[in-house]
Amino acid sequence: MSATQAKIFNEMMNGQDVRAAYANLEKWYRSMPPELRNLKQSEAEALFRRVGITFAVYGEGGDPERLIPFDMFPRVMTAEEWRKLDKGIRQRAAALNAFLCDVYGRREIIRAGRIPEHLVTNNEAYEKAAIGFMPPRGVFSHIVGVDLVRTGPDEFYVLEDNCRTPSGVSYMLQNREIMMRMYPQLFMENRIAPVDGYASALRKTLASVAPRKCMAEPNIVILTPGQFNSAYYEHSFLADLMGVELVEGQDLFVEGDFIWMTTTEGPKKVDVIYRRIDDSFLDPLCFRPDSMLGVPGLMNVYRSGGVTICSAPGAGVADDKAIYTYVPEMIRFYLGEEPVLENVPTWQCARKDECRYVLEHLSELVVKEVHGSGGYGMLVGPKADKSTIEAFAHKIRQNPENYIAQPTLALSAVPTFVEEGIAPRHVDLRPYCLVGEKIELVPGGLTRVALTEGSLVVNSSQGGGVKDTWVLAE
Amino acid sequence: MLSRTADHLYWMARYLERAETTARLLEVGARTALLPDPSGGYRNDWEAVLQSKGTLEQFKEKFGETNQRNIETWLFFDSDNPASVLSCINAARENARVVRTALTSPVWDAINSAYQELKQLQRTERSKLMVTDLTEWTLRFCHLVRGCLSATQLRNDGYAFMGIGTSIERADNTARLIDVKYYVLLPSLSYVGSGLDQSQWALLLQSMTAQRAFNWSYSGEITAQKIAHLLILNRKFPRSLLSSVCWTCDHLDDIAQNYSNGTRAQEAAHQLYEDLSRATVDDIFDEGLHEFLQRFVSRNAGLANTVQDVYLRGIPA
Repeated sequence: MSATQAKIFNEMMNGQDVRAAYANLEKWYRSMPPELRNLKQSEAEALFRRVGITFAVYGEGGDPERLIPFDMFPRVMTAEEWRKLDKGIRQRAAALNAFLCDVYGRREIIRAGRIPEHLVTNNEAYEKAAIGFMPPRGVFSHIVGVDLVRTGPDEFYVLEDNCRTPSGVSYMLQNREIMMRMYPQLFMENRIAPVDGYASALRKTLASVAPRKCMAEPNIVILTPGQFNSAYYEHSFLADLMGVELVEGQDLFVEGDFIWMTTTEGPKKVDVIYRRIDDSFLDPLCFRPDSMLGVPGLMNVYRSGGVTICSAPGAGVADDKAIYTYVPEMIRFYLGEEPVLENVPTWQCARKDECRYVLEHLSELVVKEVHGSGGYGMLVGPKADKSTIEAFAHKIRQNPENYIAQPTLALSAVPTFVEEGIAPRHVDLRPYCLVGEKIELVPGGLTRVALTEGSLVVNSSQGGGVKDTWVLAE
Repeated sequence: MLSRTADHLYWMARYLERAETTARLLEVGARTALLPDPSGGYRNDWEAVLQSKGTLEQFKEKFGETNQRNIETWLFFDSDNPASVLSCINAARENARVVRTALTSPVWDAINSAYQELKQLQRTERSKLMVTDLTEWTLRFCHLVRGCLSATQLRNDGYAFMGIGTSIERADNTARLIDVKYYVLLPSLSYVGSGLDQSQWALLLQSMTAQRAFNWSYSGEITAQKIAHLLILNRKFPRSLLSSVCWTCDHLDDIAQNYSNGTRAQEAAHQLYEDLSRATVDDIFDEGLHEFLQRFVSRNAGLANTVQDVYLRGIPA
């Protein structure tokens, strides 16, 4: 363990020296009396609670409306660092969409033997109902969340892609809003690229993929599972910022070739649905018959070009952890470019030799379920005791196809407020890339931080917090 | 506006108004219980209070006897009672939360803080809470929300639907409040055994914060006719039936103008208003106050259903 500890990249400190990008922040921290810091921290929390930026946790007892811990120490990236990420993320988003068009169309990449067919067609997320249908502008995944980790000055890795409905962007926006409100001075001293263009960029992106049948200004809605969903706040926040309606399945119905919403003035046609519910709940006639969240008949209207669904049904096949290893291959195949951002080396337990390696090195590796998310169902080898590892080994042997393994990365650390002052804590980064008529990316993203010392799990459901993320203007 | 959004706004307003009425009833009951009864002991109007809220049976099922502490708990804190102040505030807040972005932040703040404060009150020892404190707290909260709405909310269709919720609920509640006490307003002694009681009338006025309004509007002695006129037919008194129905009409007219389209909801509201504005106190007493109030409550509920059908459930007019 101490060997990995030593290698951890500290984003603020270079040995004893403060990196230039953090110079102002370090001064800011040193000049802040501890009493003031506590005051500001509770002020920030009060703001979050008052604005209602909570995520809902039901069924665990206690207050169902929880706050995600907000750390006031920003994370900083230089314009140069961002330039590379920006290029790499756009490249990835383009390749993922090209891949989706392909696997639901001619399947060139499979025919070329670059990706094994069964990985695609046997995949749970491969949507039969989407085969042969080309969504407007050939975009399946309109919002691509790319999870990145950093391990060195110039080393960024893509941990995973999120092509369905990545959440958390409301925190990116609110973290900035609250920092600007509490520390305006910081924004005068540091030239920080703004992120507040996100909502209008999202609106434009969604409008740009309106169906061809839509002649007027497209009517965009956000489809939410409802107030009991953990991300309901985000849904209503985005609807509010974009000035579009936040609808539930019960507000929509099919009539003729279109989708309509029930308004106080009668039915109104819906052209673009930014859905925040899973494929299987979209249409009880097509998928899960017991779904109360979707709209019966939606898929028929979709397939006949009456409405655009964002992300398109079936987009999930591109962000599967087993497909993930092939993304660099996709970039070469569709774009004819070399990947700007690297993948984390990954062992597929589905392959016999790789599985053997994984089982022999469990105590060094991170093992994840292929379809898992939220940091659940994973094994962090170096942190696990013997019996946990043995139990996990058993699970892998039972169903090897369900697991992939990656080396335990020494995630970079960023100063974070703790009881005694500041201390480095591990972080990741999720930028949100918008794909429509154009590809758009606001500088920055959501930084998640593992607040527990030494922890590498940044998920909010498991004790992670968030930080404002700065990209310095050039 | 989405029908569901309008529906949440409408019900948020109704629950706020209902919380206020329950608090007012609680106060009337508690005050009445301080008055000596001519036949010995103290007066007990609690059954009438519970009846007017339609919760007498549920209450008896849960508690059996009507002792005052039980009733206070039932009317204020009990989540089994859908009309308790707590249930109403929770319901109002839940409706508001779903459509939070349709409200200004001061409005949401006011509702949300009341909810947080109420949770605090719930944890306080009951013996440390006076009934008057609880009712005053409720009234203050309702006034705050209404103040915020009036000062900050955009006057769009959403505002009108909240207005309709408030005025329909208020008309209903005022009618029920009078009905609890209808016998003290009956003009003839022969109708009731215990007789007219000056302090009971005062109490009815008090429960609607109407003593001063009464004195400013009418001269001379307090009579049943005058009180009935104030609470039912006086257009200047903001809680009277006529005022409430008039506001329902105004808000519905706003909506019709907004949408350039009237519906049967406007027709029904104006019909109710016409009938009410033509009535006199004598007509009402001739019909029987209780009968008149019952009839009004049912017509008002019919109007509410029409509004819901036309605007909130998306059933075309």
